[in-house]
Parts: sequence; structure tokens; C-alpha cells
Amino acid sequence: MSAVADAHAADHHDHGPAKGIGRWLFTTNHKDIGTMYLVFSFAMFLAGGAMAMIIRAELFQPGLQMVEPAFFNQMTTMHGLVMIFGAVMPAFVGLANWMIPLMVGAPDMALPRMNNWSFWLLVTGSLILMSTLFMDGGAPNFGWTAYAPLSTTYGPDSTTFFIFSVHILGISSIMGAINVIATIINMRAPGMTLMKMPMFVWTWLITAFLLIAVLPVLAGAVTMLLMDIHFGTAFFDAAGGGDPVLYQHIFWFFGHPEVYILILPAFGIISQIIPTFSRKPLFGYTSMVYATAAIAILSFLVWSHHMFTVGLPLPGELFFMYATMIIAVPTGVKIFNWITTMFRGSISFETPMLFAIGFVVLFTVGGLSGVMLAIAPADFQYHDTYFVVAHFHYVLIPGAIYGIFASVYYWLPKWSGRMYSEALGKAHFWLSFIGLNIAFFPMHFLGLAGMPRRYADYPIQFANFNQVSTIGAFLFGASQLLLVFIVYKAVKSGPKADAKPWDGAEGLEWTVPSPAPYHTFEQPPRVD
Amino acid sequence: MSVQALRAGALATAVTAPSSALAGWGVNLPEGVTSISNTIYDIHMWVFWICVAIGVGVFLAILWSVLAYRHSKGAKPAHFHENTTVELIWTVIPFLILIMMAIPATGTLVDMYDTSDAEMEIKVTGYQWRWQYEYMDEDISFFSSADTPRDAERNLIKKTEDYKYSVDNPLVLPVDTKIRFLITSNDVIHSWWVPEFGWKQDAIPGFINKNWAKIEEPGTYYGLCAELCGQGHSDMPIEVKAVPKDDYREWVAEQTGEDG
Amino acid sequence: MSSNQSYYVPESSIWPIVGAVGMLLTFFGLSTVLVNQSNGDPTTTAWVVFTVGALVLVYMITGWLRDVIRESRAGLYDAQMDRSFRQGMSWFIFSEVAFFAALFGSLFYIRFFAVPWLGGEGAKGTANMLWEGFQAQWPLLNNPDNSQFAGPDAVIGPWGLPLLNTLILVTSSITLTLSHKALKYDKRKPTIYWLAATVALGAIFLFFQIEEYIEAYSHLHLTLDSGIYGSIFFLMTGFHGLHVLLGGIILFVVLMRLIKGHFSAHDHFGYEAGAWYWHFVDVVWIMLFVFVYVI
Repeated sequence: MSAVADAHAADHHDHGPAKGIGRWLFTTNHKDIGTMYLVFSFAMFLAGGAMAMIIRAELFQPGLQMVEPAFFNQMTTMHGLVMIFGAVMPAFVGLANWMIPLMVGAPDMALPRMNNWSFWLLVTGSLILMSTLFMDGGAPNFGWTAYAPLSTTYGPDSTTFFIFSVHILGISSIMGAINVIATIINMRAPGMTLMKMPMFVWTWLITAFLLIAVLPVLAGAVTMLLMDIHFGTAFFDAAGGGDPVLYQHIFWFFGHPEVYILILPAFGIISQIIPTFSRKPLFGYTSMVYATAAIAILSFLVWSHHMFTVGLPLPGELFFMYATMIIAVPTGVKIFNWITTMFRGSISFETPMLFAIGFVVLFTVGGLSGVMLAIAPADFQYHDTYFVVAHFHYVLIPGAIYGIFASVYYWLPKWSGRMYSEALGKAHFWLSFIGLNIAFFPMHFLGLAGMPRRYADYPIQFANFNQVSTIGAFLFGASQLLLVFIVYKAVKSGPKADAKPWDGAEGLEWTVPSPAPYHTFEQPPRVD
Repeated sequence: MSVQALRAGALATAVTAPSSALAGWGVNLPEGVTSISNTIYDIHMWVFWICVAIGVGVFLAILWSVLAYRHSKGAKPAHFHENTTVELIWTVIPFLILIMMAIPATGTLVDMYDTSDAEMEIKVTGYQWRWQYEYMDEDISFFSSADTPRDAERNLIKKTEDYKYSVDNPLVLPVDTKIRFLITSNDVIHSWWVPEFGWKQDAIPGFINKNWAKIEEPGTYYGLCAELCGQGHSDMPIEVKAVPKDDYREWVAEQTGEDG
Repeated sequence: MSSNQSYYVPESSIWPIVGAVGMLLTFFGLSTVLVNQSNGDPTTTAWVVFTVGALVLVYMITGWLRDVIRESRAGLYDAQMDRSFRQGMSWFIFSEVAFFAALFGSLFYIRFFAVPWLGGEGAKGTANMLWEGFQAQWPLLNNPDNSQFAGPDAVIGPWGLPLLNTLILVTSSITLTLSHKALKYDKRKPTIYWLAATVALGAIFLFFQIEEYIEAYSHLHLTLDSGIYGSIFFLMTGFHGLHVLLGGIILFVVLMRLIKGHFSAHDHFGYEAGAWYWHFVDVVWIMLFVFVYVI
């Protein structure tokens, strides 16, 4: 795909950003909003990471050293919620805000005012969520999944605040997703047909569809929790004819597509970065699009694989096992396509590419343990153990988080007009890579050997691997502070970046100068 | 005292816990002591080795690509970007591999769900934070709570081998007997899990889940609650003493005799 | 695609941040009200916070809409902007569909799995040994534990008020279509009259719905806490009622704008958005009537 860079010829009304705090509070500019999303999500990433450090510190040895089990449970719950709703999802929305208009040649997002509201509602929801940490009775302590009746009859007072914060975060995400869809469908430059869109745009289109389809379902689930707590309903209480498992069905109908919401945009990012640094077009673009769509559709049919041990009737158990196993096929297609893209390319190893290769390697590990977990009879052993914890951290950290890191390094020159230090970037990658594997690989062993998840204290046979895991976790956690320094240093004093700092890169975003001007593509470019 | 009798009866035939279960560097599932747990172990290993093979293949392909086609070594990029044949191949072959996994998995699952023809029935009820066991065919019912010393949790005394595992009243079961478990809860959701039996089953308040085990070897088998149930989640372990049938009958007689 | 005129991007706007503050106050206040109420603590301050938040939200919505209407009247929006609005509204309605789908899914699960299992039928019928004497039926009048959840004496039959309400809502969809047709032919008066009739029918529907709730609470002992039937009945009809209220308010605003002469035969997105929403609410009601009341 090539594009003519005539975008800036017609920059007639010259308006830059407003001055002062008002620029950020009242802005309608997709780049400002994207920046706010990214900065906010990184702050939440550090907060959620601090909680993870508390968890790992407590688990360094058997016995209760640092925190009480009650507080430990608050940490596991809040770590999950903060990372999912506060860090990963907003980071992807931030990337979408920054990049989608640049990649499709649009002047801004389709609905710029609503875009700002999405961001500030994210802050609102997060404030309410974080405030629960300071309440009497503590923060939510029932796991991010909030299974009834632990979250209803037995939940702390803060549950109500948690429920409304989920509502607000949901509204924020739905509005963000509507904006993304409207932008992609309606704002593409002339000539950019659907099948010419960059993969990042494609994966976000499908992600946005998933968000709009399942966040309302989550809203329904937590609303029913609220009713059971405050209005005497019996949705999740068998004494009144309800069923606690109903909550799990609704929750996971949201929860499984949610997992793909956290991963699909990263798939898109990797599909941008690997071709750039292989200097070779993406292999199998069409099948990548179809595979992404297939994963999204299948995600609606597999929710009960999170519930293999709740006592599903046998036909249900079989159906959900088969459907889950099938997901391995389109996912495999994507992995094979990425590798074939590298095959016979001309590969260089800048930091974005390192993270992308790390992504492919480690996501394969997580994907394969996913296949094991899909085998329902074996899941009667794996379920709710550290094997599951290892699995989803192997898909979410190399998947979502590495995807985000890769795109930060990849697009930082475009955002800031400056290059980061390649040496430090590589150090960040290797420290993260080593730390992650030391932290999470032993968790496979712990789970298989019989350690359940969400345990504040454990039998001594699990002590050795827990100790190793904690050391790795602190290494991984500490190396993230390096990212703060790298970005700060680049923005402050990095060398100036070209409009297209990567010689193999393709796409409209590289046709505008670096840093990207405040307004771009006010007249749409033509795409051949 | 029923507790004393229970201990005396059970300990008489108790075998010390298998060393594999308490190894400090355990890395794998136990093979277990029921036919189901053996089958699950076999499926687990079968799927595991397939995954290892796929993983090794993928990693070698990546390694080859990044080593052989380095820009710094002057590699010139090719320009191909699609090939329907290979895409078809790597869609169909994984599908066939999955079928090879699904066939044994389906059979095992059907067996696990077959709780018919049980010779005895145990009702397990989860509480915050202990288990209640009811022998449905006998007049026996008792609670089983953790007896890990608080001082050990606070690191004031040395932790023993069975730290976080031992209970006051273990569940005593006969070997070579098909036992049906009826699992439920009195408050929140718990999950009753003995790895050596091959499964865990959630205890849902107001509902009953069924599963079964036919223990093949006498011994002491430990388990843990596997569903987050509040701050005592890690404080409701399971200890099963599997004893020969004769000893079991003796134990039952002692229990019911003393109780009335 | 007309590329000469640039897509309108507003410079800046105070409404999003005002809306975020409004949401914070509203929901922090509401949560505190609920928690304090169940703990028996005073709720006055929390009510004040909630009310202030709600007022801020109303202020935000009116201000935001005023800006949009002004920009639209000033001709700042091109055809592409119109399509953006259409996309936005369509996907918003799609999200509402997903929300109701979750509620219907819950209804079916309760009816066809949970209640029969508790009554001893099906794959998990063993559950009945925990609830001796409980028999599955639908609507559920006797709960598994009647001491904890006292079941209703009876439920609302479909062929009285609900049928009448069905006719009212279907009629309102017809009057709305007539109004829309008239608008397309630029016939101002019939447009306004038919739309006014639609809003009035919506108000009548809500009136009967409230009537029905009063009947349920005072005579049938069918309440939110009368077990699962009452829970799901009020959840579904209640959320539908809220949507009728919202749809009615939207159509009322549209009616006011019509009277001011805002819409033309070829340019009336605001009108159409309201109409789509109303038809959606209507379809949901028909599903409710069939699956909650009749079957």
C-alpha cells in the first residue's frame, strides 16, 4: 500500500493546542486523548503492578509474613481489575485514538467530543474503584470474577461501589468502541477499501464489535449482583429459585470475548511490526483477517470452558470442549503467518521487533497450555490452580503487554518526534523477557503439583518454586520502571526522528511528519 | 470420643503420604490412585507431548528465520505474501491433531460422568471454612477442619510436612469400592479437590454436584479447596484415609457403636 | 465522498469533563445511599451528593445537545458527519440489544435449567434432596425455601393490562411511522400530530405499567423479593419501562424541535435516531410479552 503525502498542503486553518490544563480537560483532539489514555493506563499498570508485588512478596515463603489473607484477597481482586480495566483496555484505546485516524487518513475520530467523555469516564470509574481500597471492610475481595454468593451475601460494603465503577468503565469502553467503529467505517480516506486497511485497524474493528456486544452483558451481570445485595432478589440464590452458576454463565459470556478484546489489538500491532522489520509484506493478509474474525465469533461459543468443574451436564461439557479446541486452529494460522512473514525476510532487531518476536514465542507457550486446558477431563485437575495462572499470564503479558510495549517503541518517534535509546530499549526487553519467564514458568509446575490459585498461604512443598517465581516477578516489575525512564529521556532529549524512522515501514501514518502535527489529514489523502 | 476413635481406626492402617505428593520440586500431576486419575494423567501427558512437539517445531522455525535472514548479514527480502496451499495445510493439520486429542478426552469425560452403580455415597458440604462429611448409608456425619497450628502460620514454630494439609477428622474411605460423592455447600462456592482422585468438583450452595472415585491403594491423600471462598480459602484442606475394606467396616462399627 | 469541505471537529468542549464529574457525584452518592441504607446509617448527605450529581448530568446533557443542535443549524455538519451519527446511534442500540439479550438468556436459564433442577428434574435433579417438597413450576409460586423468599399469591396474567399495553405500543410504532412518512413529504402538521400521539401513547403505556406494578405489590404479593419469578419479572419489565421513559423523553425533545421547525424532509437525523430507539423498545416489549407474560 502506498499513499501520496499531500495531506498537509491544505492545512488552512492553523490551530494548535490550547494552553494550560484546559487543553487536556476540554480537548477533542484524538492525539491529546490518545496521550491521556496511554499515560493514565501506564499509571494504572504501575498501580496494578504494585499489587502484584505485594502478592508475590507474601508468597515468597509459606506462612503469613506481610499481609493478612483478607487483604491478600483484596490484592488479587484489585490486581486483576486494575490490570484489565485500568491498564490493558485503556492502553489499546489510547493506541487506537492515536493511530487509527493516522492509519486510515482521517482528520480525527468520528465523534471527538464523545471521545473525550470516554476518557474522563475511565478516570471516574477508576477513581471509584480505587477508592474502595480505603473503605471500611476493604476493597472487593472475591476475585475479579466476583462470583456470587461470595460477592453478594458475603461481600464487603465496597461491592456496591465496585458494581457502579464497572458500569461506568463499561459505558466508557462502549463509547470508545462506538467511536472506533464509526471512525473505521466512515472516515477512511478515499481508496482505502476494507481489505486495504492495516491489520491494526482490522483487529480493532473486530475488537470494538466484541466490546459493544459483551460489555452490556457484564453490565447485566453486575446489575443482578446489585439487586441481590440491595433489593432482595434471588437471581443467584437457590432458596428463591435462582442459581449461583447463572452468574458465572453471564459473566463468562462477557469474560471470554473480553479475553480476546485484550489480545486482538495486540495481534494487529504485531502484524504491523513484523513486516516492517522483516522488510517484507505480511504473509496471508486475507487469512489473517478471516482468522481474527473466526476467533471473535468462536469467542461467543466457548464461555463455559471457564466452568468445566461447576457441574455442567455432559452434553454442555463436550460442546464447550470441542468449541474451545477449535480456537487453536485460527490462532495457529496467525502464528504460522507471522513466522512465514519473517521467513526469507531481511530481519533487524530493533526494540519493537524484539518485543514482537518475544510475543510470538511466548504467546505460543500460552496458546499451547491453552490447548491443554481445553481438554475438559484434564481441566478437572488444572482448573483453579497455578497452571491456569501461568497460562493466562503467558497470553496476557507477552500478548497484551508486549504488544503495547512494542507499539510504544514503534510509534514513539511518530508521537514525540524523537528516538528512544535503542540500547536501553533492548535492555528493557531482555530484562522483561527473563523476568517474565522466571516469574511465570514455575507456576506451571506449581499448578500441576497441586497449588490452587488465590492462596495467601500454602503447603511447604510449593515453597521452592514460589520463591523462584517471586524473584522473577520483582525483576519483571522493576524493569518496567526502566520504561518510564526510556520514554522520559526520549521525549526530553532523544535525537530527532524522521517522518519514517523505520526503513521497512508502510502506511499512511509514516507520510506525516514526526512528531505528527496537532491536526493531520484535514483533507483526506488518496490511497491507491 | 468419636474423634479419638476415628484417629485410632484410621491411623492403624494409614500409610504415610506418597513421597511424590510432598516433593519440594514437584513439576507434574500425580498419576493418582483411581482409574480415572490414571486416565487423566495419560491424556495430560499425551496432549503435553503433542504440545511440546508443536512448540519445538514453532521455535525452531522462528530461530531459523531470525538467524538465517538477518538484515545485518545482508539478507535480501523475498516478496511473496500468500500461498493458499500452505495456508490450507496449516489449517487442516492442526484440526486433525485436535481430533486425536478429542477422542480420548471424550471417552474419559463420559466415564467421569457415570456415577451409576456406586456402592456407597458420601455427601460433602463446604462451609466457611471446613468440610462436613455425611456417610449416606451409615449413621455417620462429622466436620473436618484444618488443624494447622496458628503459630506455624505466624512462623513462630517450625512447619511440618503436612503444614496446611492436616485436619482434625480425616475422611475415612474403603479401597476398591465405587464411591459416589454428592458435593454441595452451605454458604459460598467451594471446590473439593483431591489430586490423587483426578478431579475437583465445585460445591454450589443449593445444588448438588456428583462425581465418583474407586480408590485402588490404601493411603493418606491430601487435597485443598480450589474455589476462592473468602479469607479462610487456604484453611480448609482435605485429608482422606483410604483403608482396606475390613478395616473400614471395623471403623464404621466403632463410629456407629459409640454414637448410639 | 465530498472532500472539499472538511469534517467538522469542534475546537474543545467543557461538556465531557462536566459529564464525568456528574457521573462521579451521582454514582458515588448512589452507592453510599445504598450501603448506608443497608447498614442503617443516615443517608441524607449521600442523597445530596447524588442529587447534585444528577443535576450536573442534566446540565451537561442539555448543554451538550444545545451545542450539537446549534452546530447542526449552522450547517457545520456534512453528509459524512451525518453518517458518523448514524453509526453511533446504530451501535448504541446494538449495545442495548446485547443488554436485553443477557436478561432474556437469564430468564431462559432459570426456566429451563435452574428451576427444573431444583425440582428434581434433569441432569442435576439431585439438588432436590436439599429442597424437600419443592416442585418445579412456572411461573414459580412456591419457592424452594418459602421462609426465606415468600412466593407470590399469583402473577400478572397476560390478557389484561399487558395485552392492552402491547396494543398501545404497537399502535405507537404505527403512529410514529405515519409521522415519519409525513415528515418525508414535508407535511408539518401531520408530522407533529402523529408524533405527539406517539409520545402520548408512550405515556399511557407507562401509566398502565405503574398500575400493574401497584397491583402486583399490593394484591398479588408479587415483589422483587418474592423469589426468582418476581426478581426476573421486575428486572426485565422494569428495565424495559426505563427504556420507554428514555425513548419518550427523546421523542418529546424531538417533538419540541419539530415545533420549532428544526427538521426538514431530507435532513432529520435527530428525529430518525429517536424513531429507531422507539421501534427497538417496541420490539423488546413484544419479546417480553411473549416470553415473560404469555409462555
